[in-house]
Amino acid sequence: MKAKVYVTLKPGVLDPQGKAIQNSVGLMGYGGIADVRQGKYFEIALDESLDTERARETAERMAREVLANPVIEDYRVEIEA
Amino acid sequence: MKFGVIVFPGSNCDHDAYHVISKHVGQPVSFIWHRETDLTDYDALIIPGGFSYGDYLRAGALASFSPVMSSVKEFAARGGLVLGICNGFQILCESGLLPGALIRNRDLHFVCEHVRVRVENADTPFTNELKRGQVLSLPVAHAEGNYVCDDETLNELQTEDRIIFRYCDADGRVTSAANPNGARDHIAGICNRERNVVGLMPHPERACEDLLGSSDGRGLFHSLAATLAAAA
Repeated sequence: MKAKVYVTLKPGVLDPQGKAIQNSVGLMGYGGIADVRQGKYFEIALDESLDTERARETAERMAREVLANPVIEDYRVEIEA
Repeated sequence: MKFGVIVFPGSNCDHDAYHVISKHVGQPVSFIWHRETDLTDYDALIIPGGFSYGDYLRAGALASFSPVMSSVKEFAARGGLVLGICNGFQILCESGLLPGALIRNRDLHFVCEHVRVRVENADTPFTNELKRGQVLSLPVAHAEGNYVCDDETLNELQTEDRIIFRYCDADGRVTSAANPNGARDHIAGICNRERNVVGLMPHPERACEDLLGSSDGRGLFHSLAATLAAAA
């Protein structure tokens, strides 16, 4: 079983890296790019003995306590069998 | 009066802090490895600059989960004095001892230069030998020094007089041009509500020798020593 955790900056938190990427793709000629926000993605392999609910609980807690800083970041967890 | 300097894998300003305490403050000081948990011998702790755990995940994040930080939280809750410098400030924010967070600099670059900061509150254990409005020349060296917090937190910091240092120009004017990283409200350093935990991005410990371009940093350490001497 695998947990996928997506960590993104909260709306309104300045993302200078996203801005730099947006500028670069603009210079490269990509049209219609309104905004770019950079985030983080984690793949966590979970022990097969965990049921889906326990796996989700574990990954959610890890995301909340470690992987994301709730002051500046949001997170989303997906469980894949 | 005993000082401790906490050392994480990747700390690199630990010896500077040790040097300042032993040479300029003239007090006993020890290094404390991040796996240690007994802090009963200490009166003040310095969490030094560097790149603890390689800045993996987020600057200061992994250090905030290390064994010594649980003890630092208890130490702070008992009223012990804690000073976090640069990466130490990031660690204090990540561990929840100070509010807010430090994100990538506005202009993305690592900034390494002497800046000026204005003393905004001289009524703390860390600044009582300084004067409100005094301008200090201190070096900064960081890529994630852009202080952010929500409106509510900023309002608290302002109304409770917890912004200790702001970036300014040579004349003490707080301007965007004098702000090296885009920090909200030009914040260079803050304290907790109880005023016994302070974090700042500039490096006072690297500004204690005229040979290094400035000795303005000494005031901060002398304040700490004066506070502890008065309490003894």
